[in-house]
Amino acid sequence: MGKTLSEKILSEKSGVAVKAGDIVISPVDLVFVQDTTGPLTIRQFKAGNKQSLAVPEKTALFIDHASPSPGRQLSNDHLFMREFASESGCLLFDAGSGVCHQIVAEKLAKPGDVIVGADSHTVTAGALGAFATGMGSSDIAVAMSLGKTWFRVPETFQIQVTGSFSDGVGAKDLILYLIGMIGADGATYKALEFTGNTIDNMPLTQRLTIANMAIEAGAKVGIFPSDNVTRAYLKGMGREKSYMALKPDPDAIYERVINIETHKLEPLVARPHTVDNVAPASTLSDVKVNQVFIGTCTNGRLDDIAETADVLKDKHVFKGVRLLVCPASQRVLIESIDAGYIKTIIEAGGIILPPGCAACLGLHQGILGDNEVCISTANRNFKGRMGNPEGYIYLASTATAAASALRGKITDPREVL
Amino acid sequence: MSNNSLKGKAFKFGDDISTDLIIPGKYAHLRSNLPELAKHAMEDANPDFIRKVQPGDFVVAGSNFGLGSSREHAPLVIKMAGVSAILAKSFARIFFRNAINQGLPVLICNTDRISEGDMLEVSLDKGIITNNTNKETYNFTAIPQTMLNILNEGGLIPYINKHGDFKL
Repeated sequence: MGKTLSEKILSEKSGVAVKAGDIVISPVDLVFVQDTTGPLTIRQFKAGNKQSLAVPEKTALFIDHASPSPGRQLSNDHLFMREFASESGCLLFDAGSGVCHQIVAEKLAKPGDVIVGADSHTVTAGALGAFATGMGSSDIAVAMSLGKTWFRVPETFQIQVTGSFSDGVGAKDLILYLIGMIGADGATYKALEFTGNTIDNMPLTQRLTIANMAIEAGAKVGIFPSDNVTRAYLKGMGREKSYMALKPDPDAIYERVINIETHKLEPLVARPHTVDNVAPASTLSDVKVNQVFIGTCTNGRLDDIAETADVLKDKHVFKGVRLLVCPASQRVLIESIDAGYIKTIIEAGGIILPPGCAACLGLHQGILGDNEVCISTANRNFKGRMGNPEGYIYLASTATAAASALRGKITDPREVL
Repeated sequence: MSNNSLKGKAFKFGDDISTDLIIPGKYAHLRSNLPELAKHAMEDANPDFIRKVQPGDFVVAGSNFGLGSSREHAPLVIKMAGVSAILAKSFARIFFRNAINQGLPVLICNTDRISEGDMLEVSLDKGIITNNTNKETYNFTAIPQTMLNILNEGGLIPYINKHGDFKL
């Protein structure tokens, strides 16, 4: 019987031929935490009888969510993590390195890997053909200690994407469209597996945007085949040796098949306070924005910074609007500086934030005031997400966010292209 | 579980109660001080919850409870508030697993007929919820055996400490 990508990877790793619905114990190729889940994970690890890491070089700590720290307690959490890294010998990516998921994509994830992280957006690495999913601190502590975890093998929704995007429309609009269609719990416990000629031709950076938001439909993983696009990305990161081709069997069994024709898509926005509350950007032009946030593990890569600079070149951010731009990693920041994008954005009135999660989760670097509106390229618009339950968050593509920064209101990017 | 009958009153919530409503990211600085963090449980969903909740009470919600972050602090602060179980029409995947890993029962059932303040009794063994206020009973979906084994040890860390490995 044919296998989906998830069934293939979990069968290969566990050494048992598994199918959807089976319970499987699988070794993990990478296990990681970040600074808001890490301290509890380390405490759970220390509450375990086994006090050593299964594989220190496959265990990583990231300081990205509150980075650099905005307060004393978080600084002490960071100290606690650095101390653990030093005593256990695991990898540490300290403040300024960037968002964990971006660094995992750049430096660590490989096609066919099983990756677990104490962060729900661990699904991002599915873009490289890895079975990657988020878990809580207890599960991650046990994976760190035993080098394995248990899964229920997910049923799979095959998402067939065909055609070319119109100008001003892209991967973010595609995933918002899908979430709007199936709902915030439409894929709970399921794998989303992407295929079709749009996907074949889609750069890996955009696959990362889509995989990243699989969790916003409740999915366990958002997974892509590993192909020449994957190989080219890994080569660009100096990791071509990590490449392995991977595709589902032609006779794999899917619980549901969803077809999306990209030429029918338009720029979309998720309105407060759920990600599935999706509407065309063109219908929201009466929504004034106070803050525009471009960055995060969803849309903080070099092509996002390039697109922002492109929209803003020789123009200026609307009076009174704060434009926050945060490259997702040190590498993205350096490449953006070299390409001149950072200068363009600063000259247009933008604020550059250090690589990390920045304003995304309401800890620092852009907390909303009462009744303020932010249009953000992040992945969540839950009430209270950006530090204030009286704030309003709209999610959109980089093009839509940058266009909105110019006009001071939600703007269909096709109006400024 | 030593006590398989749970008793308390219902605190009713709607659909899509996110981990940001349960325990927002803005309190991340309190995550190494769990008693302080727990004082903010459910704050943005119901500011009176933490003042009114009594040991044994239930959080009762609609669909997709706990969507969002993987923060295990979410079920943890609900448990620390004294809640004995969460009843909802459905749960987000990571939250469900985290709750079991913390030894907090999460029960899938139709919650439409349960109102704020109803007095409930839950028999984990029999799979029955009794609403002593409106005299109705409801069934809940059985917790999968793998997870029940973890729940019965009080959570994942005690489970692994006892068995040394996954015994699924």
